[in-house]
Amino acid sequence: MTLQIAVRHAFKGFDLDVGIEAPPGVTVLFGPSGSGKTTLINAVAGLLQPDQGRIVADDWVLLDSDARRFLPPHRRRIGYIFQEGRLFPHLTVRQNLLYGRWFAPRDARSESLARVVEMLGIGALLDRRPGALSGGEKQRVAIGRALLSGPKLILADEPLAALDEARKAEILPYFERLRDEVSVPILYVSHSSSEVARLATTVVALKAGRVVACGPPAQVLGDVAAVGARGAASVLSARVVAHHPDGLSELVTAAGPLWLPRVAPAPGATIRVRIAAQDVILSRERPQGLSALNILSGRIIEIRLGDGPGAIVTLAMSGDRLSARITRRSVEAMALEPGQTCHAIIKSVAFAPDDVGTGQLHDAAN
Amino acid sequence: MGIDWSNWLGPAEWQAVRLSVRVSLWATLASLPLGIFIAYALARWEFPGKQVLNGIVHLPLILPPVVTGYLLLLTFGRRGTVGQFLDEWFGIVLSFRWTGAVVAAAIMAFPLMVRAIRLAIEAVDPKLEAAASTLGASKPWVFVTVTLPLILPGVIAGAILAFAKAIGEFGATITFVSNIPGQTQTIPSAIYAFLQVPGGQEAASRLVIIAVIIAMAALLLSEFVARRVAKLVAGT
Repeated sequence: MTLQIAVRHAFKGFDLDVGIEAPPGVTVLFGPSGSGKTTLINAVAGLLQPDQGRIVADDWVLLDSDARRFLPPHRRRIGYIFQEGRLFPHLTVRQNLLYGRWFAPRDARSESLARVVEMLGIGALLDRRPGALSGGEKQRVAIGRALLSGPKLILADEPLAALDEARKAEILPYFERLRDEVSVPILYVSHSSSEVARLATTVVALKAGRVVACGPPAQVLGDVAAVGARGAASVLSARVVAHHPDGLSELVTAAGPLWLPRVAPAPGATIRVRIAAQDVILSRERPQGLSALNILSGRIIEIRLGDGPGAIVTLAMSGDRLSARITRRSVEAMALEPGQTCHAIIKSVAFAPDDVGTGQLHDAAN
Repeated sequence: MGIDWSNWLGPAEWQAVRLSVRVSLWATLASLPLGIFIAYALARWEFPGKQVLNGIVHLPLILPPVVTGYLLLLTFGRRGTVGQFLDEWFGIVLSFRWTGAVVAAAIMAFPLMVRAIRLAIEAVDPKLEAAASTLGASKPWVFVTVTLPLILPGVIAGAILAFAKAIGEFGATITFVSNIPGQTQTIPSAIYAFLQVPGGQEAASRLVIIAVIIAMAALLLSEFVARRVAKLVAGT
């Protein structure tokens, strides 16, 4: 199912004018707060009626302001996962999970309670009430509740933003499973580039109510105009080769081997690795006697000079792209030019656990 | 000197107690659905005349009860506009009947009930209701499955407050439906009547004790029930 969204809505001092297309898989709406992400997702859910718009999923019309059609939220068949969970405090976890299912048409009850409970690991919580759950547990129940309502589309509005790092690491894998195991398209709002790198099939970057970039995560995250020099990052596809006893995992990318602090997926698994542009050092010569374990070689394809002292240098390395954020001074001193071969140095310890996610990068949509 | 408890209350006094309880129960239960509706409208909707409606609901709280009773008599009395209509078309007569006492008590207790329920509705996070609607619940279902359970402690508190107020209602009742033993003579009217006749103090004091007991029992019950329900709703 492909979702087409065109929405125009004016607020005080801010207007949203966005037209996007969300193919199957996870489409991440990415941008700073105030960029219109939540407004957009609420328009899809029917919780906000925009001044003008048309929202269509295949041939199913959710909103068409020209035809004066506005489907109320309860008839949209949408599983909405909110930032704060929004579990019903007067119902048990089991009753919360089954709430939406009760209203769903019979033929839409494809997910069984047992399967969802098993997938989210919430079997022990069923008879508790939301007040007695931790933040991470609440969010898992919220995911299950949305799934069990038999949705045609899942919306998630910064579902991890209210959680601490440990809880985020607990929940993110469930969204990866959702992407890989559930056939429903997902629209996911986030301002975190590591969530984008791990989850996205498609990224839509928003800024001040406009789309500034749209495409696969590696492309959008490397786009300085869309994410800013500080947020620029690369996403590489890698295969896990082995876990070594010294606590490192050996991966292989198209550009060469990569050593990371121990990752969770088993050897053989294909994973995504996000590398922040500011964690990458460039060298014209292949460096010797260096503590950094990762040296990947590539050809310079682009040098973008920023307004400030920085520059983004992008290397192509057999299909993948890697960006490095260095100073303009270094670009001049090293006489870097497109076409040159260059070596990228990345410290293994620069990788945070949430930089590594499961799932294929290039053909995740298929 | 022992007290014969079976005959502690005289027949006239018993009658007043029974009538008071019956009138107050009916007044509370019959006005509850409307009370919830008006409280919801005042808490959640924006509509022209909202402040006027709010004023009308609260009027009995501020007006002298005699004035409210007299206005009821003018409206619902046999010659009143509404009273005449009810009499001719439905054969319903409110003035000088126990049903009239129910109307008077309900109207006097209404502001207290609406205030308590409105506060409870304003404390419900509309985001929870929005979540329910995305899960497929239409507006009436959202109200029944989410809003109503969450405001239940407030509804109970409001109902018991209204019941206590109805038990104590005097001015509007006596003006509208007079003080007819067995028909409209509630506890307060009976106390007033006993105090008008020589030697009536004893009967009056017995009714005073009953009134205190009923009020206290209602208060304790409301505390107890509201706490139980709140605990259930808070989900711990």
